[in-house]
Amino acid sequence: MIALSDYLMLGAILFSLSIAGIFLNRKNIIIILMCVELMLLAVNMNFIAFSRFLDDSAGQVFVFFILTVAAAEAAIGLAILIVVFRNRRTINVADLDTLKG
Amino acid sequence: MTPEKILFYVFATILVLSATMVITRRDPVHSALFLVLAFFTSAILWMLLEAEFLAIVLVLVYVGAVMVLFLFVVMMLDTNKAAMRAGFVKMMPVGLIVAGVMAFEMFLIVGPQYFGLDKFAMPAPHPADYSNTEELGRVLYTVYMYPVEIAAVILLVGIIAAIGLTMRKRPDNKSLDPSEQVKVTKGPDRIRVVKMASEIKQEAK
Repeated sequence: MIALSDYLMLGAILFSLSIAGIFLNRKNIIIILMCVELMLLAVNMNFIAFSRFLDDSAGQVFVFFILTVAAAEAAIGLAILIVVFRNRRTINVADLDTLKG
Repeated sequence: MTPEKILFYVFATILVLSATMVITRRDPVHSALFLVLAFFTSAILWMLLEAEFLAIVLVLVYVGAVMVLFLFVVMMLDTNKAAMRAGFVKMMPVGLIVAGVMAFEMFLIVGPQYFGLDKFAMPAPHPADYSNTEELGRVLYTVYMYPVEIAAVILLVGIIAAIGLTMRKRPDNKSLDPSEQVKVTKGPDRIRVVKMASEIKQEAK
C-alpha cells in the first residue's frame, strides 16, 4: 500500500529540485519559468494526494484552479519574454538591469 | 510489494530523474522535452490517486498546450547558450545545499511518522461505476460556481494580455482601415483645389 507520506515526499523532492534549478540556471528566464511550472506540479501532487486520502474533492477543485492560473501565467510570462527579447535581443537575466537603482 | 507500489516507485523514479534532467540540460529544448516527460509521468501518478479527470487535463492542457508554447518560444528565440550557462558550476554547491536542506526539512514534517499508513489509512478504491469527472463537475458548478467564473475571467485576461503585449504596429504595414475609408465625404476628403499661377505652355523644341 502506498502511504500518503510517499506522495508528500515525492512532492518535496520535486519542489527542492526546482529550487535547485532556479539556483543553477539563474541566467536563463525560460528555464526559471519551467522550474516554476515544476514547483506548481509538486504542489498539485500534494493537493491530489491529500484529496484522495482525506476523501475530499475540494483538493481536486483547488488543483483545477491552480492549473487555470498556471496556464494564464505561462501565457503572459512567455509573452513578456518575447517582448523583452524583441526590445533587448537577449533574455539573459544579467543583461536586464535597466531598473537597477 | 503490491503491483500498485511497484508502479508508484517506477513512475516516481522517472519523475525525479526527468526533473533532474530539466534543471541540468544545456539545451533549453531538451529541458522542455524532459518537462513534458515529467508532466506525463505525474499524470500517471495522479491516475494512481484516482484523480482521472485532472490527470487527463494535465496531459491535454500542459503537455498539449503550455509545453508546446514553451517549445515554440524556446525555438523561436536565438539565445547564447554559453552565456546562459555562466555560473552554473559556481552556483552548484549553494543550490544543492539549499535544495538538500529544504528537502530534509520537508521530510521531517511529511515523513512516515506523521503521514504514514498508520496515521492515514489508504481509503477503499472507488467502485467501477464511480465517475471522478461527474463528482468534480457537480462540485464545480454548484459550490464553486463563482470561483469558476473568476477562473474564466482570468483566462480571458490572460488571452488579452498575451495578445496586447506581443502585437506591434509595423511602420511598413500597408493594411487599410475600412472604417476610415467609408467615412469620406464628397467635399474636401476626396479632392483638393490647389491655387496656382497660370503657366504658359512651353513649346517643344
